[in-house]
Amino acid sequence: MTKVVLPELAEGVDKAIVSYWYFKEGEKVNEKDDLVEITTDKATFNLPSPCLGTVAEIFFHAGDTVNVGETLGIIEEIQ
Amino acid sequence: MEFEIFDLGLVDFKESLEFQKGVFGYVKSGSFKSALVLCRHLPVITLGRRALMENIRVSEAELNSKGIQIYSIERGGDVTYHGPGQITAYPIFDLGRLKKDVHLFLRQLEQVVIDLLSDFGIKGIRCSGLTGVWVGKQKIASIGIAIRSWITFHGLSINIKKDDLDNFRLIRPCGMDIEMTSLETILGREIEADTIKDILIRRFEYAFNLKASCLS
Repeated sequence: MTKVVLPELAEGVDKAIVSYWYFKEGEKVNEKDDLVEITTDKATFNLPSPCLGTVAEIFFHAGDTVNVGETLGIIEEIQ
Repeated sequence: MEFEIFDLGLVDFKESLEFQKGVFGYVKSGSFKSALVLCRHLPVITLGRRALMENIRVSEAELNSKGIQIYSIERGGDVTYHGPGQITAYPIFDLGRLKKDVHLFLRQLEQVVIDLLSDFGIKGIRCSGLTGVWVGKQKIASIGIAIRSWITFHGLSINIKKDDLDNFRLIRPCGMDIEMTSLETILGREIEADTIKDILIRRFEYAFNLKASCLS
């Protein structure tokens, strides 16, 4: 299980809004595939999948606010 | 570090978007360290990720009759208008080679515009809590970016010609009741959009401490 965590995007910015998931729960993703798009101010930022695997669970959906360091979702690794 | 310059002239929005994405691929692969795409757009309304359709004040049929296209795109922000009277700059910059700070990048883009305006003796200002550049209470430049793999695309547009401002009345720019202005309106004389391109490139070089590869 690998967590997808919201990284620090800018100094002094501690939260962002989830705008779009490129995959649904249960779908297979490759390492570095664009996984989830988040927005802050006038910028959108794509988080890549940290590994090859399946999207096991999504905790924050489009429109949700997420804090830096929080887990957006879980990828179950495929060996 | 150097950045490549691409000047597309007057282009259809879709064509410029495809070009940007092509250049993005070259920056991502390392063929270019970074790049700046400059253009002017045929009339178009673009919707960012936060855009609400209600912020377009007229029907799609009316936009069609005026020859204005609509695109939903992946940049941040709400609705905006682009037309031939603006200069639009799309920095495809690898923040991994600069600084990985989304908001610093937005502030640097604002600084590019503020510095450019100062070259014309105009005081551009930021508006607290908002992104873009204002002169007095009127907005002159809009910014909306997207970042993937810490490489930026989309960018900024600066209103140059006053004739193009009327089309902003078709929308609520950025989802707000903002009055727009242009370089021509402020200076009270005609300015050709193309003539400010070199100044804009110099201002990108200065704000980001980079060197444009095509300039001596």
